[in-house]
Amino acid sequence: MFRRNYAEVVFDALSQNEAFARMVVAGFVMPLDPTLDELNELKTIVSEAVTNSIIHGYENKKGKVKMIMEYENEWITLTIIDYGKGIEDVNKARELFYTSKPEEERSGMGLTIMEIFSDEFYISSKLGEGTVVKVRKKLTCSCEDDA
Amino acid sequence: MSLSAYLYIRADTLFVRLTGELDHHTSKSLRDRLNSLMMEYDIKNIVFNLKNLTFMDSSGIGVILGRYHYVKQQKGTLIVCEINSQIEKIIQLSGLYKILVITKDEDQALSYLGVA
Repeated sequence: MFRRNYAEVVFDALSQNEAFARMVVAGFVMPLDPTLDELNELKTIVSEAVTNSIIHGYENKKGKVKMIMEYENEWITLTIIDYGKGIEDVNKARELFYTSKPEEERSGMGLTIMEIFSDEFYISSKLGEGTVVKVRKKLTCSCEDDA
Repeated sequence: MSLSAYLYIRADTLFVRLTGELDHHTSKSLRDRLNSLMMEYDIKNIVFNLKNLTFMDSSGIGVILGRYHYVKQQKGTLIVCEINSQIEKIIQLSGLYKILVITKDEDQALSYLGVA
């Protein structure tokens, strides 16, 4: 059976919405019957991306975060978009343990974790316009099974 | 699901039992609580019990690393115990296994610290 689904959600860049975003993505992929590890990895990816938008994109000021969720058979695509200040040097931001905010006890691992927990990871950013993070992840579920 | 922390002090060691989800949002108040207790009671060692922690991201790693730097200044030890399967991978990725003392449970942590 061919399975395809799409959803998007827009929410305020508030830290209490990190848990909300994790729950939304968990609910969205539920029909695909992911393993606990896969679910945990998807939730972590979303958590890291939304946290980055709040802390770095908007620097804890007002803003909106948009999360687009899609799947086509066993492939899940998540896109997290903010319209904040953007990243000056994306390559530097991707370095392990690099953080622009060491005083806030940021571990500098967010982007690396997203990359490791996904099969494909893309980030694009424009100063003053915002940041788009896109990940694709393939689930091990057998999609020939009827839902 | 949010985070609750059960805290108790034995000698100069602070025990932190976490239940729920440790992310950027929930780490803020936890960090404040830990910092004020550590100052007030002259804490040297910290033992994190993660048995009932169902989710942790890099913000949680940041909290643990931040406390690690504090106890290191006090010439103390930071121990993490009861690591469950849901948070094992992120702890592994973060390299915490290499710099922290990891024990099976609080009893093992106690005997490691020699305060049993």
